[in-house]
Amino acid sequence: MFRRSTLARHGLFFLGLAILLLLLTSFVFDPYTNYNVSEVAIYAISAAGLTVLTGINGQVSLGHGALMMIGAYTTSVLLTWHADLPLILMLVASIATTGVAGAIVGIAGARLRGPYLAGATLALAVALPQVPSHFASVFGGNQGLSISPPLPPAFLGANFAPEEWLAWIALAAALITFFVLANLVRSATGRRFRMVRDNEVAARLSGIDVARTQVLAFVVSAACAGLAGSLFAYWVSGTSPGGFTLNLSLSLLTAIVIGGLGSLSGAVLGSFILVYLPVWTGGLTSSVNLSSNVANNVPLAIYGVVLIVAILVFPRGVAGGVASIVRGATRTLRSSRATGALPAAPEAPSQ
Amino acid sequence: MRPEISRSRTWTVAAVSGAAVLLTAACGSSSPTANTASAPGVTATTVTIGSTQPLTGPAAPGYSEIAPAANAYFKYVNAHGGVNGRKITYTYLDDQYNPTSTATQTRKLVLQDQIFAMFQALGTPTHLSVVSYLNSEHVPDLFVASGCNCWNSTSQYPNTFGWQPNYTIEGKILGQYIVQNFASKKVGFFLQGPNDEFGADGLMGVMDSLQGKGLNVDSTPAYYTPTAAGAMAVGAAIAGLQAQGVQVIVSFSVPLFTAIAEASAAGLNYHPQFVVSNVGSDPPTLSAILTGGALGHKLPAGLIAGTISDTYLPLLTDASNPWVSLFQGIKATYAPSLPWDGNVEYGMAEAYTFVQALKAAGQNPTRASIVAAVQSSHWNDGPGLTPYAYSSSDHNGFTGVQMVTVDATGNLTTLGPVQTTDDTSGGAIVTYSGAASTPPTGGIPSD
Repeated sequence: MFRRSTLARHGLFFLGLAILLLLLTSFVFDPYTNYNVSEVAIYAISAAGLTVLTGINGQVSLGHGALMMIGAYTTSVLLTWHADLPLILMLVASIATTGVAGAIVGIAGARLRGPYLAGATLALAVALPQVPSHFASVFGGNQGLSISPPLPPAFLGANFAPEEWLAWIALAAALITFFVLANLVRSATGRRFRMVRDNEVAARLSGIDVARTQVLAFVVSAACAGLAGSLFAYWVSGTSPGGFTLNLSLSLLTAIVIGGLGSLSGAVLGSFILVYLPVWTGGLTSSVNLSSNVANNVPLAIYGVVLIVAILVFPRGVAGGVASIVRGATRTLRSSRATGALPAAPEAPSQ
Repeated sequence: MRPEISRSRTWTVAAVSGAAVLLTAACGSSSPTANTASAPGVTATTVTIGSTQPLTGPAAPGYSEIAPAANAYFKYVNAHGGVNGRKITYTYLDDQYNPTSTATQTRKLVLQDQIFAMFQALGTPTHLSVVSYLNSEHVPDLFVASGCNCWNSTSQYPNTFGWQPNYTIEGKILGQYIVQNFASKKVGFFLQGPNDEFGADGLMGVMDSLQGKGLNVDSTPAYYTPTAAGAMAVGAAIAGLQAQGVQVIVSFSVPLFTAIAEASAAGLNYHPQFVVSNVGSDPPTLSAILTGGALGHKLPAGLIAGTISDTYLPLLTDASNPWVSLFQGIKATYAPSLPWDGNVEYGMAEAYTFVQALKAAGQNPTRASIVAAVQSSHWNDGPGLTPYAYSSSDHNGFTGVQMVTVDATGNLTTLGPVQTTDDTSGGAIVTYSGAASTPPTGGIPSD
C-alpha cells in the first residue's frame, strides 16, 4: 500500500524524520548547534523553493535573496507596529506578501527566457535592498528594524533554551515545506513543471498553458522564500538590508547547484554546506598564524576553492554524487555477492 | 555525544584548576585564595573575551586595526603576568559592518566560544542589533566602540557601557566651535543615515549648539548608506550641498566616507570647511585611503588639510606624552605590522580600560562583579584627556573633547582647551581644569 501511495510514504518518512530531529535538538545538540541547525533549515526552505523554480521548472532566479527580504520585512514591520502578534500569523502573512510579489515577478518573468530572466531577477536583488534607505521611517534605513526572538512557551520550563525553541520552529516549517514540495513535484503539477522545462513547444502541444505554469512555479517558489525570510527575521532578531545582499541570492543558487540541481535533498545538502563551510574554515584560519589582511579573506578564498572543486568532482551536485557512489557500491556489492555464490554452485551436483 | 563533551570539558577544567592550585601553592603566592573558574569564559589561568569588528567591508579601512591593536596591549599584559595570573584571550570576528552578520557572529561568541564579556564591539547600527540579546543573556557589554547615546541606558541595557565621548557630547562641542568661528557661513550636514543613530545623535548635538544663534543652516542633511552602493551616491550628495551654497559641512561619517566626501568636493572644485566627527577624521587613516588608490585612483593626502575635528586621546605626534610613548613601544614589539594611527591608539587605550575593569572586578571575577566594578570605579587615571563618567546611573565613558585641525603636513594641532559637557539639551560646555593623567610605571593598571 505504501509503495503505491506517495502521500502515505512521504508522510511516514517525514514523521520519522520529525521524531529524529526532535530527539537530536532536545538531547544531543548544544544551543549553538541548534542555532546553526535553524539557519540550515531556513536556507533549505528557500533553496527548496529555488529548486522547484530553477531545477524543476527551468527558470533561473538571481533574486531569491530579495524575495526573502520581502518576507523578513513583512514580519519585522508588522511586529514593529504590534509587538505581540503571534508567530504563526507572521509566517502566513510573509508567505502571502512574498507570494504576491512572486506572482508579479513571475508574470514579467514568463515573458523572459534564459539570460534575460536572470538579468531581470538580478535587478531585483540589487535594487530591493536600496528601498529601506529611501523609506527609512517605515523600514528603519540601513540600521533596520529590531524584533524580539520567539520565546519558548512557559510549559517547557524556565531553562528551556530559546535557540532550541527556534530550531523546533524552523525545522517544523522546513519539514512541512519539504513534505508539501515533495508531493507537489510528484503530482500532475510537478510533471507539468518539468515538461515546460524540458520542451516548451511539446508542453504547449500537449495542452499545457506554459505561461500560467511558469507563474505558478514562481509563486510556489516565492512563498517558500517568504517563509524563509520571516524565519530569518526571527533568527537574527531583526531585519536590515545588509542581510539580503546579492551575495545571499547567489549563495542560494550555489547551494542548489552544489547540492544537486532539481533534487530536494540536494537543497538540504547545499544549505548544510553553505552554513557549515564558513564555520569550519573560520576555525581553520584562527588556528593558523596569518597576517590579518590574509586571515580576514582566507574563509572567502577557501569557500571559492571548495565550490570549484565540488563542481569539478560532482558535476551533478553532491546529491547526484552520493547517489552514483551508492549505486556504484551496490553494484560492487552485488557482483561480489555473485562471485561469492559461485563456489557454492559446483557443490550442488556433488550432493 | 553531549554527555561526553561536557565530561571531557569538566575534566579539562578540573585538570587546569588542579594544576593552578598546585602552582600557586608551590610558589607560595601572596593571594589568600586560589584562582577558580568563577564565570563563563573565566578559568584559573585565562579570561576569554570577544568582539565583532569590521575586518572587511566598507568600514574596514582604519577600523580593522582597532582589535589587533587592543590585542597587542593584551599580549603585553599577558607577557607581564596577566591579570591576577590570568591571560586574556581576545577573539574578534568579522561582521563586515553588516548588522545581520553582527547578530550571527555575536551568538557564536556567546554560545560557542563562551566569552566572559563582549569588549569594544564596533559600530552603531551593527551593535544595536545585538545589544538586547547581550543584556538578556547577562553578558557584560563593555566599552562599545561607538559614540551612540544609546549605550548609556542603565535601565534598558544594565550591562552595556560606552567608552568614547558620545556623539551628542562631541556634536555640542563641534557646534559651539562653529558658532564661535563660522557664524557668517552657511552650515550643512553629511551624515550616516537616515535612521542611523550615529548620524542622528551627532546632528542632535550640533543642532543643540547652533539653535537660536541665528546661523544659516541647510535644513536637509545629505545622507549616505555605508555600503558599496552607498559609496557611489556620495558624489551626488556633496553636489547637492554645493548647490545649496553650503560653506561648512559637518560630517558624521566613517573614514572611507569622509575620504570620498572630501575627494568628491575637491573634484567638483568645491572647497567648503569640513568639520568631521573624531571617528571619521584620523589623518593617517584618511591619507592611506586617499593615497592608496582605494577610491579608484591615487589622490594627494593634502586634500584633507584644514579639516577640523576633535580628540579625546593625546595627539599621535606628541612624543613627549607618556601614553603615546607607552602605546608606541607596545605596538613596536607586539604588533609591528600595524601603522601608528588613531585607530591603533584607540584600540590600545580601550584595552587599557578593560584591564582596569578586570583588575577592579576582583581575583575571581564574575559577570556581575565586573559590571559593578566599572559602575563604582571613579577612575581618573585613564588614557583619555578627561576622566570617565561611569557610575550606576551613567554608562558614558569620556565626557569631553579638545578641538583639533589637520595641518599642511597631515598632523593634528590643537585648537583651544579640553572641554567637557553632558548629552542633555542645553547642558553647559565647560573648560576641563583637571590635570592630565600619566600611565603607571610598567604601563599596566595597578589595583
